[in-house]
Amino acid sequence: MCAVELTTDKRTEAGVLVNDFVIIAATVNGSGSQTANNTLVRALFKMGIPVNGKNLFPSNIYGLPTWYTIRLSKDGYVARRPDYHVLAAMNAKTQAEDIEKLASGGVCIYPEEWKLKQTRTDITYISVPVRDMVKESGASPALKDYVANMVYVGAMAELLGIDLAEIKNALTYFLKGKAKAVDLNYFLVEKAAAHVREHFADAPRNFRAERMTATQGKVMIEGNAAAALGAIFGGVSVAAWYPITPSTSMIDALMDYAKELRVEPDGKTTLAIVQAEDELAAAGMIIGAGWMGARSLTATAGPGISLMSEFSGLAYFAEVPCVIWDIQRMGPSTGLPTRTSQGDVLKTYYLSHGDTRHVVLLPADMRECFEFGWRAHDLADHLQTPIFVLSDLDLGMNLWMTDPFEYPDQPLDRGKVVSFEDLEKFGTWGRYKDVDGDGITYRSLPGQGPAYFARGTGHTEYATYSERPDDWTKNLDRLARKHDTARHLVPQPISQIADEATCAIIAYGSSDAAIIEARDMLKAAGITTSYHRLRALPLGEATHEFMGLYERIYVVENNYLGQMAQLLKMEYPAFADRIISVSHCDGLPLTARWITDSILEKEQK
Amino acid sequence: MTARTVKTNALGLEKTAYKGSESTLCNGCGHDSISAKIIDACWELGLDQRYIFKLSGIGCSSKTPAYFLGLSHSFNTVHGRMPSVATGATLANHSLICVGVSGDGDTGSIGFGQFKHMLRRNVPAVYIVENNGVYGLTKGQFSATADENQRQKYYGVNYFPPLDLCLEAIIADCTFVARSFSGDPQQCRELLKAALSHKGMALVDIISPCVTFNDTPESTKSYAYGKANNIELQQIEHIPPGLVIQRQEITIPDYAEGETIAVTMHDGSQILLKKTDNTHDPRDKQAAIRLLEQSKAEQKFITGLIYIAEPRPTLGELERIADTPLAELPDERLRPSREALAKVMADLG
Ligand SMILES: Cc1ncc(C[n+]2csc(CCOP(=O)(O)OP(=O)(O)O)c2C)c(N)n1
Ligand code: SF4
Ligand SMILES: [Mg+2]
Repeated sequence: MCAVELTTDKRTEAGVLVNDFVIIAATVNGSGSQTANNTLVRALFKMGIPVNGKNLFPSNIYGLPTWYTIRLSKDGYVARRPDYHVLAAMNAKTQAEDIEKLASGGVCIYPEEWKLKQTRTDITYISVPVRDMVKESGASPALKDYVANMVYVGAMAELLGIDLAEIKNALTYFLKGKAKAVDLNYFLVEKAAAHVREHFADAPRNFRAERMTATQGKVMIEGNAAAALGAIFGGVSVAAWYPITPSTSMIDALMDYAKELRVEPDGKTTLAIVQAEDELAAAGMIIGAGWMGARSLTATAGPGISLMSEFSGLAYFAEVPCVIWDIQRMGPSTGLPTRTSQGDVLKTYYLSHGDTRHVVLLPADMRECFEFGWRAHDLADHLQTPIFVLSDLDLGMNLWMTDPFEYPDQPLDRGKVVSFEDLEKFGTWGRYKDVDGDGITYRSLPGQGPAYFARGTGHTEYATYSERPDDWTKNLDRLARKHDTARHLVPQPISQIADEATCAIIAYGSSDAAIIEARDMLKAAGITTSYHRLRALPLGEATHEFMGLYERIYVVENNYLGQMAQLLKMEYPAFADRIISVSHCDGLPLTARWITDSILEKEQK
Repeated sequence: MTARTVKTNALGLEKTAYKGSESTLCNGCGHDSISAKIIDACWELGLDQRYIFKLSGIGCSSKTPAYFLGLSHSFNTVHGRMPSVATGATLANHSLICVGVSGDGDTGSIGFGQFKHMLRRNVPAVYIVENNGVYGLTKGQFSATADENQRQKYYGVNYFPPLDLCLEAIIADCTFVARSFSGDPQQCRELLKAALSHKGMALVDIISPCVTFNDTPESTKSYAYGKANNIELQQIEHIPPGLVIQRQEITIPDYAEGETIAVTMHDGSQILLKKTDNTHDPRDKQAAIRLLEQSKAEQKFITGLIYIAEPRPTLGELERIADTPLAELPDERLRPSREALAKVMADLG
């Protein structure tokens, strides 16, 4: 452990934590706590408090434990925090452990009918007669479990000072204005709030939600919805998929938004979405569509990526544009289907046999999920190659606040395409002939331009079959040139250089939230860092330059092998000894505390 | 058969204009005869090659799209997965004609799942299986359509019953199912023309001898066997609609033994089916299934139009995709407006 004591606890003199603590709701999966949790998050968000909700759910439809954490952070930190202060213990099976882990001084809300033995003296127990209240609400048997969760919403509102009007607004938002449903839910909220007010008037109110203005102008969205929106504004017109957690909700969002945004006046759609028989077929479908000239995508997770391997090589070698979203979850194998990781970096970069290398985008937040969502299609068409976008469960399935998305700042980039008329102008055309020297050749679309024979076998510049060694090497040389061109075209890394920095951090994707916070913690402990956030593969000159600046570079990521660290060492062997891999994966998003401790330990050696 | 003596077709093109590059298959390979018949069929129908595209998997058979319709786009994909590529490609542009070529290994083994799902979805394409009972390209291993108890020098005995791809197509609700023999060029060509006139997926399973690995007289996929045993269900003749393409419902007149009946296809062409000495009615699904089961039990080699039905809606129709091909949509129909994004953002806030 580190020698320096680190704390983010910033209590007021009265010992009260304002807008800087963590709520956790421990429930049974399938009991319908989603509305309750979303309502809390939205109410806090509407009170202007920076907030982030994370769902830790099991791979199960009903019965296994699930936890939902809500972090309030007046400083705007949105990464996961390992500790929690306010607990809604709604799952009898896990309550003992849940209560044991509650921070000292914390609050535990639980159903009175449990007749719990209150064994801890350093926390406050708040019992609420959940069963009686639900009975009183008159909820139908089907709704009982579901509305029971509103009890902890009401209790928390009273204990933490969450504005009841905001709770009601949030309920109205999520229940789409259905008055009867809102009334039933709100009845329980008020009931529980009144109960706490009456019976626990003297209980300490040490955790407080107070109005701020920090979320003004912001919206809340899940990464998968942001990605789907991005794709829709990127002009995707064919999507094929096979259900797999955590990518399914991206397609669900795509279907929802397509109904709103991509229906023509005659009722027909400009976005075909097909549920394939497996991921091989999904890959084949988007490649067929991309070859034909449509913008196509699929969304999947690790097991699907493995199945798409052969087809990815075909798209790479025949040079067919398409977009593949990998909402990463824990591997190897089926792994932990409902837990997050950044474990598919190497797999996607090199997906398929032979010398295949892909373009991989690494969104870190909601705006990038949206932006890369449309940009991926431009890049696919421009580079005529599959574009992988690596999101993950943490980004994709959790609610994040964000500035509103910006409309694409450039028209659709369709890349180099020859038409029948062009051919008449130019006379000759070679599908794989590099006339511009950037490795990107001119393609032609069926029905719209001159014919060629696309294939995954060896080919000449004119797309004819060839086994000649010189044709082969020439083609791979050109593909390497194209890969180099891609280095400049992909979203460039973002560097934050601190003049006093003695060491640096390289990270990417959803780890960004924890890095931002960890850098502040490190600074408080006397260590100033520079930060280089990768936003895409292939790596480029900016990364090379950055690595030249520091002797110790911590590459932080949420996987076991330190995959990006390996890639950096391979790309820049001269700097290999500067790279220190700080990687960890246990299914949970990285925390600033863990990153800070890991780096401190090494820095203080 | 309306004999065409003219050297040019409706587009004023000679048949050589429909050729591809020179074949690299073994001399006498059945697949080459099929390529020739595809050329004949497309030439005779006066199809514009610019609006046809060819897809295939991997195998000797799947190489053949290089050898016909040299002015059509083509995509030689991966082993067994052509159906999914066809699905995406036809969704992206439903205004083109899709010709898919596959082998019995490509379709019956590695690609069997995709094949069945393509049938189920009714992806509009002519799907040609060049069926030789072996994996030609990997040197003669048994395929899933090889004869039960067939013996080979190297691979020994095949103990498993063959898959009947036509039967599989019928039970997957394909509405055009035909079998032919590459040694019967006339039937082959006419069935291909009929298939090209069909709306939705049309399966043409063509027994196509592999002269190198599976042409011994005992093999049901050999020339000798085919020539000696081919039982043609009908004499079939396809009459193109001329240049005027009309869309109309198929009307199949009553069908009695010995008569010649005409089936009007969706593109306005007609197929004339002249009955031979059997009683099969290709409009009767149960009869078609029985016929295939029986011919398998009795080891009969039946060819012709096995099953035809009123076309089902295609995948694109069910998906209600825009009339303009998705691949040809202008930017403004693909990217919603600035105001649309503002509204989505406002709804989230
Ligand atoms: C994934 C994969 N596995 C195996 C092969 C090797 N392979 C190439 S062609 C072929 C069999 C082709 O048989 P068929 O489809 O009947 O075509 P034919 O050569 O007989 O015309 C195989 C197994 C391959 N190309 N890809
Ligand atoms: S091996 Fe058989 S299938 Fe392949 S080209 Fe030769 S004869 Fe044809
Ligand atoms: Mg074969």
